[in-house]
Amino acid sequence: MAEFVQVVVDGVATGSIYGALALALVLIFRSTSVVNFAQGEMAMFSTFVAWGIHQAGVPLGLALLGAFAFSFAAGAIIERVVIRPFEGGEPLTLVIVTLGLFLLINSAAGWIWGFNNRSFPSAFPDSSVTIVGARLDVESLGIVAVLIVVVGLLYLLFQRTGIGLAMRAAALNPDASRLVGVRVGRMLMLGWGLAALLGALAGVLVAPQLFLDPNLMGGVLVYSFAAAALGGFDSAIGAVVGGWIIGVSENVAGTYVNFIGADLKILVPLGIIFVVLLVKPSGLFGSPEVARA
Amino acid sequence: MSERRVRIATLVAALAVAILLPFFFEPFRNNQFSLVLAYSVAVLGLNLLVGYNGQISLGHGFFFALGAYTSALLIAKESVPYLLTVPAAGVVAFAAGFVFGVPALRLRGLYLALVTLSLAVVAPQLIKRWGSLTEGTQGLTVNQPTAPGGIGLANDQYIYLLTLAIAAVMFLLAWNLVRGQTGRSIMAIRDNEISAKAMGINIARVKTRVFAVSAGYAGVAGALYVFTVGFVAPESFTVTLSLGLLAAIVVGGLGSVTGAVFGALFIEFVPVWAGDVNQALTGFVYGAVLIAFMFVLPGGMASLGKRIKRIRKRPAKQDTRPERTERTTAREGLT
Amino acid sequence: MSLLEVEGLYASYGPVEALHGIDFEVDEGQTVAILGPNGAGKTTTLRAICGMVDTEGSVSFDGESIAGKATEDIARRGIAHVPEGRGIFPTLSVDENLRLGAHVRKKGDDVADDVARCRRWFPRLEERSAQTAGSLSGGEQQMLAIARAVMMRPRLLLLDEPSLGLAPILTRELFRVLREIAEEQSTTMLVVEQNASLVLEFADYAHVLEAGQIALSGDAAQLSEDDAIKRSYLAY
Repeated sequence: MAEFVQVVVDGVATGSIYGALALALVLIFRSTSVVNFAQGEMAMFSTFVAWGIHQAGVPLGLALLGAFAFSFAAGAIIERVVIRPFEGGEPLTLVIVTLGLFLLINSAAGWIWGFNNRSFPSAFPDSSVTIVGARLDVESLGIVAVLIVVVGLLYLLFQRTGIGLAMRAAALNPDASRLVGVRVGRMLMLGWGLAALLGALAGVLVAPQLFLDPNLMGGVLVYSFAAAALGGFDSAIGAVVGGWIIGVSENVAGTYVNFIGADLKILVPLGIIFVVLLVKPSGLFGSPEVARA
Repeated sequence: MSERRVRIATLVAALAVAILLPFFFEPFRNNQFSLVLAYSVAVLGLNLLVGYNGQISLGHGFFFALGAYTSALLIAKESVPYLLTVPAAGVVAFAAGFVFGVPALRLRGLYLALVTLSLAVVAPQLIKRWGSLTEGTQGLTVNQPTAPGGIGLANDQYIYLLTLAIAAVMFLLAWNLVRGQTGRSIMAIRDNEISAKAMGINIARVKTRVFAVSAGYAGVAGALYVFTVGFVAPESFTVTLSLGLLAAIVVGGLGSVTGAVFGALFIEFVPVWAGDVNQALTGFVYGAVLIAFMFVLPGGMASLGKRIKRIRKRPAKQDTRPERTERTTAREGLT
Repeated sequence: MSLLEVEGLYASYGPVEALHGIDFEVDEGQTVAILGPNGAGKTTTLRAICGMVDTEGSVSFDGESIAGKATEDIARRGIAHVPEGRGIFPTLSVDENLRLGAHVRKKGDDVADDVARCRRWFPRLEERSAQTAGSLSGGEQQMLAIARAVMMRPRLLLLDEPSLGLAPILTRELFRVLREIAEEQSTTMLVVEQNASLVLEFADYAHVLEAGQIALSGDAAQLSEDDAIKRSYLAY
């Protein structure tokens, strides 16, 4: 029983990381109707930036802040320079453009930092606490806490501030938003910036558990796609819950189902995407009315 | 009529050049040319799906790998004659594509992209997981086809010509497919699903079959790849292959049969020269080219020819398609 | 100097030209109507002023050229446009729609007063403030769209077919409120309408648009007496 609790909590923790990246995907999907295939690579690049700053002797906390600022700016610039010219165009064009970004960013990281594995320091202490007999890593609990705080902040931003309201309006109806003076272009840049920041957060949370290399986020992206699809792709709450479901089921299946083991864990989200999309294509929370957070 | 004749002449000339090619180059180059042909079959298949049918797949590397491993295993473990492994690879990939296509066609374009991308991501892992069969990470070495004695061909020339013959058949089949009644259904779905349905086209059936056929093409290409390379390993079939195939159809032109060759040249030779500079350059060039092509030439290389022709015929670029018929409605309103 | 001056305005959707050079002015405090049959270019005129279609010619607002400016910048200069089909945000709440109207204004800039005023004009909106805008009836949505535009404290209010799809009683009520708004806020208005008899009562001046050109202009009162006009446009 204690082991099971541990497995579940660890699953929720990894699921929180998927949830963070899935949130980024949802944010962009809702503002620009683009599935950003490069989301994971942007996150990986930002994680390398954090690593680079830290290597230069800057304390980890500051390095992370620097990387977040970098990713926010980079996300906004990417929207303006690479995505904007295609906005409102054919979906296939946008898919190809973001895949192009995927390859560009991945190889740029390989070029700059090489393809070797590097270890990335964790922001959390390497200790554990015992709760009802289960030994839980502080890191796992910390990750879950971070995600919950982030979701809370996003909720406040979108529900309680004028700029958040304007961002939602711009996503819903750009023309009508312009008529009330909303600078739609800036809102889109802001959305991409925020999404990139969320991705960077996912990157620095996952990097200590894996190794940092240019393919850091390949698998995570698949899990996050699954999480977003499960949640309905336009629902923020759905992305988080979807992330948790994926994280837990992956971890439980990997631990208890011999056939699956560590190698085939990645099939779990794939199977889940398939089943969900066939049974309920709009996902668990994917109705336009739900979770406008 | 004369335009048709010009086209046929061009085709015959191109075929002649293709046949004579291996007699002027060293084996190393000929192997590269063989690979171009193999890739061109996969690109062609993917183009049937993406360019002609408007569905997207980011996971054709998976079907390519499936075909390659089918062929390699049959040759290495069952000593099946290599020529027979080509249809076998095609059939296995076709079947996988069909099984996969049934649920996939229910997915909206976006989700199809996601699911197929996931397929591309898991392909190497799957190969490693069944290591007892596939020899896992260390890969599987296969005896390549050898030229029969007495016909005066070196092995590389023989493999090249063999690949060329099979590729030519595949191209012919594709040509036939897109030009006929089926082709019109395939494209009608791409252009407007609702009106295609109204025309009595069974959308689900056509889509699934196109997906399966396109996967089958990738499978055949995988087998041809084995002939030239003589070795398969999980790391040959990463996401980069899948995305490279997509890049190739973008370069060659969406919805263009001949463009597949341009696309295949691109995926074979970009890594060759990019690899000399930096390991990462290949992906960089793929990515940059994908984006650049979307900016400047959404129709790909093959549309370049068409465009030049069009510009010559009609100097002024004029869009005569009325988007809003304000004037007509104005008159109606007055009555 | 007039508040809005339009000179030689051409507008087109792709290759199709919808306005073939029109000139008119709207003075501060005036209410001007644009009449005409379906497809004459009335909506296009409003869209052209707001930079929502490709235009040629000059449009100046308060003495400054706004031709070729971005829609959001034109809105920020004080032109509010209630588009055809109302352009509300159906999945946002009524309150949020109103708050969006105040998006460009400075914080605390008596936004609350304006909300109160809008609720006085349109009591239904208060009752429904937490509902989504999409759940409102057509008339209520029109009220919301107008209230949102008023929240911008515009100097010029463009209204595109405010009566479209409304019952006659509601239409009368709507124009009464519009009159009140015009007087209380001294808002200049440019109204596009098909319901000519109604809008000629409401407006000071009117232009008749026909196939992308101004066919006739004059005082609203005079126009409503004109026999030719009556025959062509008021025969509803």
